[in-house]
Amino acid sequence: MEALLQNEDTIAAVATGMGGAGIGIIRISGPDAVELGNKLFVNPRGKNLLTTNSHELVYGRIVDPATKKDIDEVLVSKMLTPHSYTAEDVVEINCHGGIVPMRKILKLVIACGARLAEPGEFTKRAFLNGRLDLTQAEAVIDIINAKTEKSLEYSVAQLEGRLSHKLEELDNILVEILSHMEVNIDYPEYDIEEISYDFVNSQILELLNKIKDILTVAETGKIYREGITTAILGEPNVGKSSLLNTLLMENKAIVTDIPGTTRDTIEEYLNIEGIPFKIIDTAGIRETDNLVEKIGVEKSKALLNQTNLVIFMRDISKEMSAGEKELIELLKNRKTIYIANKTDVISGMDVEIPEPWIPMSLLEDQGIETLRQKMIEMVFEGTVSQEADYLITNTRHIQLLETTKTSLENAINTMASQMPLELVSIDVMEALEALRGITGKAIGMDIIDQIFKNFCIGK
Amino acid sequence: MTYPGGDYDIIVIGAGHAGSEAALASARIGFKTLLLTINLDSVAMMPCNPSIGGTGKGHLVREIDALGGEMGKNIDATMIQCKMLNTAKGPAVHSLRAQADKKAYQFRMKEVIENQENLLLKQQEATEIIVEDGKITGVMVTTGAVYNCKAAIICSGTYLKGRIIIGNVQYDGGPNGLFPAMYLSESLEKNGIELQRFKTGTPARVDAKTLDYSKMIIQEGDDQIVPFSFETDSIEIDQVPCYLTYTNPQTHQIINANIERSPLYTGEVVGIGPRYCPSIETKVMRFHDKERHQIFMEPEGLNTNEIYVQGMSSCLPEDVQIALYRTVPGMENVEFMRSAYAIEYDCIHPTRLKASLESKAVTGLFFAGQINGTSGYEEAGAQGLVAGINAALYLRGEQPVIIDRSEGYIGVLIDDIITKGIDEPYRMMTSRAEYRLLLRQDNADLRLTEIGHRVGLINDQRYQKFLAKKEQIKQEISRLNQVIVKPNPENNEVLKSFGSSEIQHGLSIGELIRRPEVKYHQTAVFDPERPVLHWSVVEQVEVQIKYEGYIKKQLQQVEQFKKLEHKLIPIDLDYPQIGGLRIEAAEKLKEIKPLSIGQASRISGVSPADISVLLIALEQRRRSGDLKGTDNE
Repeated sequence: MEALLQNEDTIAAVATGMGGAGIGIIRISGPDAVELGNKLFVNPRGKNLLTTNSHELVYGRIVDPATKKDIDEVLVSKMLTPHSYTAEDVVEINCHGGIVPMRKILKLVIACGARLAEPGEFTKRAFLNGRLDLTQAEAVIDIINAKTEKSLEYSVAQLEGRLSHKLEELDNILVEILSHMEVNIDYPEYDIEEISYDFVNSQILELLNKIKDILTVAETGKIYREGITTAILGEPNVGKSSLLNTLLMENKAIVTDIPGTTRDTIEEYLNIEGIPFKIIDTAGIRETDNLVEKIGVEKSKALLNQTNLVIFMRDISKEMSAGEKELIELLKNRKTIYIANKTDVISGMDVEIPEPWIPMSLLEDQGIETLRQKMIEMVFEGTVSQEADYLITNTRHIQLLETTKTSLENAINTMASQMPLELVSIDVMEALEALRGITGKAIGMDIIDQIFKNFCIGK
Repeated sequence: MTYPGGDYDIIVIGAGHAGSEAALASARIGFKTLLLTINLDSVAMMPCNPSIGGTGKGHLVREIDALGGEMGKNIDATMIQCKMLNTAKGPAVHSLRAQADKKAYQFRMKEVIENQENLLLKQQEATEIIVEDGKITGVMVTTGAVYNCKAAIICSGTYLKGRIIIGNVQYDGGPNGLFPAMYLSESLEKNGIELQRFKTGTPARVDAKTLDYSKMIIQEGDDQIVPFSFETDSIEIDQVPCYLTYTNPQTHQIINANIERSPLYTGEVVGIGPRYCPSIETKVMRFHDKERHQIFMEPEGLNTNEIYVQGMSSCLPEDVQIALYRTVPGMENVEFMRSAYAIEYDCIHPTRLKASLESKAVTGLFFAGQINGTSGYEEAGAQGLVAGINAALYLRGEQPVIIDRSEGYIGVLIDDIITKGIDEPYRMMTSRAEYRLLLRQDNADLRLTEIGHRVGLINDQRYQKFLAKKEQIKQEISRLNQVIVKPNPENNEVLKSFGSSEIQHGLSIGELIRRPEVKYHQTAVFDPERPVLHWSVVEQVEVQIKYEGYIKKQLQQVEQFKKLEHKLIPIDLDYPQIGGLRIEAAEKLKEIKPLSIGQASRISGVSPADISVLLIALEQRRRSGDLKGTDNE
């Protein structure tokens, strides 16, 4: 149902690409846009979004209303209906802090009650509200359809497929509980086991544990949203910088440079087929020094422990150095892609690096594509992160799981306050509806089917 | 040879539970109505169980009554036992069920019909519908009479090409030994109305004097009977009990040994039977771990020995039936009066109906009851009433009455069958209603009497009484929220005696009633100025206060639901032409022609993405200017 009410609620998303310039816009659209934006916005002169003029650009800061923590310096404008992109009330937050604050702000907006916009949804609303002309309608339809097709195209689908297995498990338990409850309600005179609140309670508690597990994975899933931490290692002058630059150049998806935790580290964001990679590039590596020599074995190990993926590169036209041998040793049992560079200078030689390796010549533009594919492959083989074999990245999905959890907690309270079974069923049904919001499966005859499958009833 | 039989506004074909309600409604609204039945002795006949109501079904009867239908009054007048089911659970699922004296039920309904102004009852078998330019104009019967009409309602039950199955004995027949209607099907098909085969069954009727009730468990009715009709004040009768007994391994063994003689297992029966009315052989075969199955003995009336053996429907051969019945405690010497049988019959695809129950193929032709693939007297009665009202409104040139899913079980029933389609006989269950807490049997009048009055089925006197009740409920709730109980030791002592906790500061009686353990009547001690109110008012006050939080939650859900229901879709939308709509969805939508985005979203095979595409297509259409009059909010 929720998905169908798209024109009624307030939505938000990053309106500029997550890549490119350091400035990004978070757009909030819908009836609560202004009120919602105002909750986060603090102006030094006490200006308030509720009272500023439409289309006035106001300077201020975004502050987390819960923690009072400062998030970013911003310029905010509100555009009142119908004079906005979507023809609804719109608030646009211009921030320049790069991807991390941008995501934080978006998360806050959603926490305050907005729903994450579906792909193309602003445009769709603009159309439905009469802002775009007829010829654009088809493009909008394409966007809507692309959403489903695109996710199938990519191997993300595999990991999300495993998630849907998990969700199906939850779904089955919920349907099972509901069918027990409903058969008790609809067939009061049959000699079927009377359902007890103890039973429902224990089933729901078990479900809640499973949901909490998935939500924990959602936390680890953050690495997919915020980037697969990747390090490029190798001796000085083997071509690391060129590799990095090539990767970044080929990708218009560099987000920004963010000072790292130490002055030595720079983080670069890279986006390959929709998967974000956060390249940790120690200043040392970028320059000319050997990682191990520069920061010591222990520190290197510590750094490696923070990475999900390592790209090791050596120049095969040169002899293997002691440092390289040391590094290769260090990389054993780590997710590593080995690169043999400068195949243009020398070929067919014993490259002395672990298999499988990628031959590369940056000069002749060789091997880059293979590397990109390998990086993606490693993500989806689950070889990068072993925390879980499924993935949950979609903020809307996480929101719906939270709703499922809350509804189930309500059910427990309803039982605790001795309310009758059919009221408990309202809560449990709500949980199922939220869960089905993720899988997109309608609640049709499932529960009734389950009743007739499991219980011998009927005259 | 044919001859002109006269002119009528509305003809109702079939005088079962659907037909009776349909004919009464159309005549009461003021249209000259002809009611045809294949046999005058089968008016409002109950060919299966001798009871009205039950979970979900009891709700339907109360809704029929709230709209001005007859079923509630008829069962109130002819019941021989009554029970409120599910009283251990909450008010939303309390359900009334009464045992009827079958003959008395029929006689009373026939009498009401015979004495209804504008209504003529005739024994005639309809053989053909006459359609001109896509509109119904008349009905022909076996004798050759042609009755002209402006609208017709088909309520043919299980009569169309009815086929009786008792083991390997099979013959053309209607229910309960009556003749089938062998001709009408062909006429329907000729006019573009496709048919399918459904099946249902009924157990044997046995002779009470051959039963030993001492081996069974007595099942009594309630001490205090709650009537079905909002107009019946009270019911004082000597109730007749039912009896409970069980099958045993011996019963199951006989079934196992003879299963190959069951036409259900030899594939001779093609009709699809309902899962909730499984035959005893189906139960035993499907749930072979279950050691026993319940069997209820239900009297068919006060003036007969016939006992309905609930739980033992079967289409095994008669000799096997007798043998297996005799394995049951108390039935060792049982004698059959009527054997169990299964019946196969023609019914339509209800997705080819509009929400008004009018056919999409033939204008002015309505369908109600088992012909629509439903099962049950109450489901039939509810549709009959709606079809009767809407045929009348059609003749008046007015918009049909469409009860939505948030207003009544009737709405759930009709929306389900016309939107989702059905592949087995459809029975009402409370689980089918999303807004169950709002659709209680106790508030059916509050939900629907307004509509009944508007169409002319509720007279002014009843309506005024209804408005007064509504006002009393409102006043009492507001009064209770203002009477404050002080936190003194005496009051806390009283609260403790209710098993409730003490209060620290003043609380209104309303707030006290919100506590699950506190009842309205108990709080009288705190409330010296309490007015004397009818029990039905008290019931509403208590339920509305006690479950307020949950009721509000459901009302919010309803609000969302209504938004989608109010986004209307023009009936002539060319779905296959809409770019971006998946083929499966386009086909489903084309078949069902949903009235609203809400209805479209309930069609299986239509995804949220399809709905988005649909919304865009509607907007495109609106802008190109040919979507006038559509409420697109």
